[in-house]
Amino acid sequence: MNPYTSSGSVATMTANVSGNDNLNDLGDGPRQPGDPERYPVGAVTRRLMGYVRPHRISFVASFVSAAISVILQLYTPILIGEGIDLIVAVGQVDFDALLPLVTKLAIVVVGAAAFQWLQGYCVNRLSYETVRDMRVGASDKLSRMPLSFIDSHAHGDLMSRVVNDVDQVGDGLLQGFTQLFTGVITIVGTLAFMLSINLTMTLVVVLVTPLSIFAAGAIAKLSNKSFTAQQRIQGQLGGHIEEYVGEQKLVDAFAYGSNAQQRFDALNAELYAAGERAQFMGSLSNPGTRFINNIIYAVVAVIGCVGVITGVPAALTVGGVQIFLSYANQYTKPFNEVTNVITQIQTAYASARRMFALLDAREQEPDAADAVELATPQGEVTLEHVDFSYVPDRKLLQDICIEAKPGMRFALVGPTGCGKTTLINLLLRFYDIDAGRIMVDGRSSRDYTRASLRRAFGMVLQDTWLFEGTVADNIAYGCPGATREQVIEAAKRAHAHKFIVQLPGGYDTVIGEDGGTFSQGQKQLLCIARVMLTDPAILLLDEATSSIDTRTELQVQAAFDELMAGRTSFVVAHRLSTIRNADCILVMRDGQIIERGTHDELLAAGGFYAELYRSQFAQ
Amino acid sequence: MIELLRRFGGKFRRYMVIGPACKLIEVIFDLLTPLVIAQMIDKGIGAHDVSAVVRYGMVLAAMAVIGISFTLVCQKMAALTSQGMGTDIRGALYQHINKLSYAELDRFGTPSLITRITNDVNQVQLAVALGVRMLIRWPFLAVGSMCAALAIDLKLGIIFLICTPAIGLVFWVVMARCIPYYKQLQAKLDRIALICREGLSGARVVRAFVREDHERERFAQAADDQANTAIAVGKLSSILNPVTFLVMNLGVCAILWVGGIQVSVGELTQGQVMAFVNYMTQTLTSIVYVANLVVVFTKASASASRINEVLNCVPGIADEGNQPVALPKPGNVASVPALSLSHASFSFGAGAANAVNDVTLELPLGKTLGIIGGTGSGKSTLVSLIPRLYDASTGSVSVMGVDVRTWPLDQLRRVVATVPQRASLVSGSIRSNLTWRDEAATDEELWVALDMAQASEFVRNKPQGLDAPVEAGGKNFSGGQRQRLTIARALVGSPQILIMDDSASALDFKTDAALRHAIRERSMRGAAKGGLPLTTVIVSQRVSTVRDADVICVLDHGSVAGLGTHDELYATCRLYREICQSQLRREELEGQRGSTAPAPTPAPASTLSPASAPTAPASICAKEGC
Repeated sequence: MNPYTSSGSVATMTANVSGNDNLNDLGDGPRQPGDPERYPVGAVTRRLMGYVRPHRISFVASFVSAAISVILQLYTPILIGEGIDLIVAVGQVDFDALLPLVTKLAIVVVGAAAFQWLQGYCVNRLSYETVRDMRVGASDKLSRMPLSFIDSHAHGDLMSRVVNDVDQVGDGLLQGFTQLFTGVITIVGTLAFMLSINLTMTLVVVLVTPLSIFAAGAIAKLSNKSFTAQQRIQGQLGGHIEEYVGEQKLVDAFAYGSNAQQRFDALNAELYAAGERAQFMGSLSNPGTRFINNIIYAVVAVIGCVGVITGVPAALTVGGVQIFLSYANQYTKPFNEVTNVITQIQTAYASARRMFALLDAREQEPDAADAVELATPQGEVTLEHVDFSYVPDRKLLQDICIEAKPGMRFALVGPTGCGKTTLINLLLRFYDIDAGRIMVDGRSSRDYTRASLRRAFGMVLQDTWLFEGTVADNIAYGCPGATREQVIEAAKRAHAHKFIVQLPGGYDTVIGEDGGTFSQGQKQLLCIARVMLTDPAILLLDEATSSIDTRTELQVQAAFDELMAGRTSFVVAHRLSTIRNADCILVMRDGQIIERGTHDELLAAGGFYAELYRSQFAQ
Repeated sequence: MIELLRRFGGKFRRYMVIGPACKLIEVIFDLLTPLVIAQMIDKGIGAHDVSAVVRYGMVLAAMAVIGISFTLVCQKMAALTSQGMGTDIRGALYQHINKLSYAELDRFGTPSLITRITNDVNQVQLAVALGVRMLIRWPFLAVGSMCAALAIDLKLGIIFLICTPAIGLVFWVVMARCIPYYKQLQAKLDRIALICREGLSGARVVRAFVREDHERERFAQAADDQANTAIAVGKLSSILNPVTFLVMNLGVCAILWVGGIQVSVGELTQGQVMAFVNYMTQTLTSIVYVANLVVVFTKASASASRINEVLNCVPGIADEGNQPVALPKPGNVASVPALSLSHASFSFGAGAANAVNDVTLELPLGKTLGIIGGTGSGKSTLVSLIPRLYDASTGSVSVMGVDVRTWPLDQLRRVVATVPQRASLVSGSIRSNLTWRDEAATDEELWVALDMAQASEFVRNKPQGLDAPVEAGGKNFSGGQRQRLTIARALVGSPQILIMDDSASALDFKTDAALRHAIRERSMRGAAKGGLPLTTVIVSQRVSTVRDADVICVLDHGSVAGLGTHDELYATCRLYREICQSQLRREELEGQRGSTAPAPTPAPASTLSPASAPTAPASICAKEGC
């Protein structure tokens, strides 16, 4: 029952929250990864270069060393070929030439290896450092976004932009580009080296090698089809497993295992047929290209040797044949690699677009230039004719007027979706109002800096939020400078001290993900202690006890009462005691305050509150 | 991995021999290629014999054609073997998971089981395929090239014997140092995701406490940490390719020099030196592939051991040899208790405290047992002992007077129907979800169950009625609707005992009451028709849900804190009274006092603050309300 993410309004909210048009693009993100119109390749590249600029030394070094390394690597077969030409037969071995040649070869090889390593190192550095910068940028961006944005987007999607997409950009674009560059240099360099030796043989190699590229393409096309079929069935089987193993306890309790097994077996058999086909097709590509390469190898060998003997089509040495043989082997590889890299780069561009869409989303309006600090809040809150809606044509709050003197206790009552929680969002300026005014201590809340305004409030929500860290850190979250004594004092006042000291590590116990092993009630007590420590002037409690059992609730309630003493408070609650003790009950329905008064007054009036009270009490 | 092969490989033994055997032929041809080229050069060029060159060219082409034909056979065998084995393993795993009891399911955890049956099986499947296809090819090519080289000339062969282990060593050292890093790297990336998730889910809290800067700093640190580790690994792993290239080509340098000497004294020919160079390249490329294979197999063997762990896990709850139990005759109802627990205890692990502690109770046929207690008091665990989802660690649990350990599980779970706490449905239709207990249930029976569960109205309003689609998890129904459907699901197939585990929590009071009324009526009608009356166990946190039960069991930390009727417990059990006071209206409590007249005990002061004390024991209970 989280009102912030209730599905009904969120989908529509996405479209128009406070006129922020950018949100649309993000909302469709996963299905429509970035808008190529809005982010043409050139623009994306330019922006990426912006991230690369601080690391330009690595960037330039990686390209330079890639070029040097590739050229040296390509030069190696030539030297080997020349070497072979120096050792023809008995008595025909030219040792005087062989020694410098072997030395030269060794130097070239060492150089090639060194630059290859340098290139790998630079690309790694470049890509991980850039990834880190992008990630921190994206995460900072999220902290500057209005809450409407965070509420209206799936957190999984936002996270995947910060974590996965950024990684894709790093892997795909930066590493992909260097690979692409290496590939192109290899192709060009090979051509140049071959041409420098013999034009005719070069033509032979260039003409026959596309065969292998075509073969690879044809096989890929064939196997793609069966892979799609396999993936579809794998998806179905995965769905079955996800559901039935996910509900295995239910299956056990209903002795439904054999039925579930039957369905599983049927899908499993289907997967076998599709998988076997897909795997066979897929496994053809390597032997297929290898076969074509073998044929090319034979052709080059025959033509080369004939050339050596007859001088037709080309006058060659035996070493020359060796050179062309190794080039024929090498020449096709970069082509296949380049095709792979291009798909990778395309994915990376899509990821980059998704990331930029996030970075370009409109941020929350910054504080006014002349915003003042709310230094010593008194706790006076006034709402004057406040209107608010998430979606323009669906008014959520209408004409809300509340006047709260310091120390007054308000209870908000009404059916689900009547706007109680929204009111709390507005007080903290998580959302800005459409019309009317919210005054704190006699001044519009827009006149204050957000930070100082929010410090005046203490908030406990239904969903407890603890982060990975110690108990003490969590309690001191709002008050990072707090001493241990202050933390313990707050915990005592929140009735949390007792269970904290029983923990194995006491206040230094580390809380795991999602609050670890703490019970809901204990988590709630920690959140209350956290607010106790900040000592706010105004308190907002939103259904803070709805997910704990009634006896624990009594204890938490005691902590709340302690917390509310002497503070202005707004409480969304279902407990009668809280409601009864309020100085004023605000009964809300359909975004309006329809009744207000004390419990007895409202009961006596016999209106909506009285009806609500009876219907929820009577059995 | 070996264990899995032994268990599932038998059927495919023939394929696993034929496949690699065929591959061997291609490998042998690959090995022969440099020799043929050497012949081409020495015989063809040496003798200026163009026809010899063409002849050897034809040999090369023929070898390529024959090679690929055999390879195709091998690839087919690999596909048949790996997919066949994968399918068998998946089937066996699934079957075994169906046999596991709650204790084992808890131990493995659902997400882990799902990974094992999907990812891990795929991993093994891949390894088997690569094994059939490549396990012969690359090592054989590496060793074969080496042997061929040694056969040509022993002296030059020594260069091989130095270079090959050198490269192997580099691979081993680099990988052994990188692999631990990869784990760290993953953990660091997970941490980045965690902080990001926390920042999103806690956006309100972070902003309310004005800690955006702190969160930014925390994220930046984690990102920095991850980047530094990644760069450190990169430094190491980027050594591999250059070193391979280096060793390989320095080897070639040596071959040229030593080869030159050998040729000059007539020990070797030019073609043979060339063959040597080609073998060198082939060996070292093969070693790179072998290293990759090692990585795949390491991963697969981790997966295989995870799979074996499940397959070797003996289900803690088995019913082999248990004979069907004869249900008591309707006329004989009074003599047999529907349910009895005798000093039953249960703990989730050897060291853990008892989740259910020494519970003894008896429930006659047709009666209702209410179980109440706070969160974590062991209510759900206690009721899961009844259909033997867990076995009591000590003591015993009997259904219809027969120890659950002697019931056939299927029969026991048909007699005992459960409505679980979490109302979940599976994808399909309403009908397919309702017929879990009885595949052959008629529409009429389904509607009766829906009526009792107070669900017929909204089902009737669906255009497709019983055939209305249900999405995974039942997401297209509201919580209350889902809960009512799961109640109806338990009622189909006429169970003798119905367990409702806090399963009316999303229902309002009126519906809850109507439901309990319908169940009571059904029980009586069943008895009147000469069948067995329905015995009901209701777990709840609400006093109002259990107060009319024939027996109420109050649980506190797994132990029975009170056992009796509402009135008895209110008078004698402090915990029960506290629960009542936290939930019921003052007027109701006062009425209570009037009728049973126990000494009025005010709620312990410690749990109530002064502010709320005067009106404290009052609450609007319906959580779905305001």
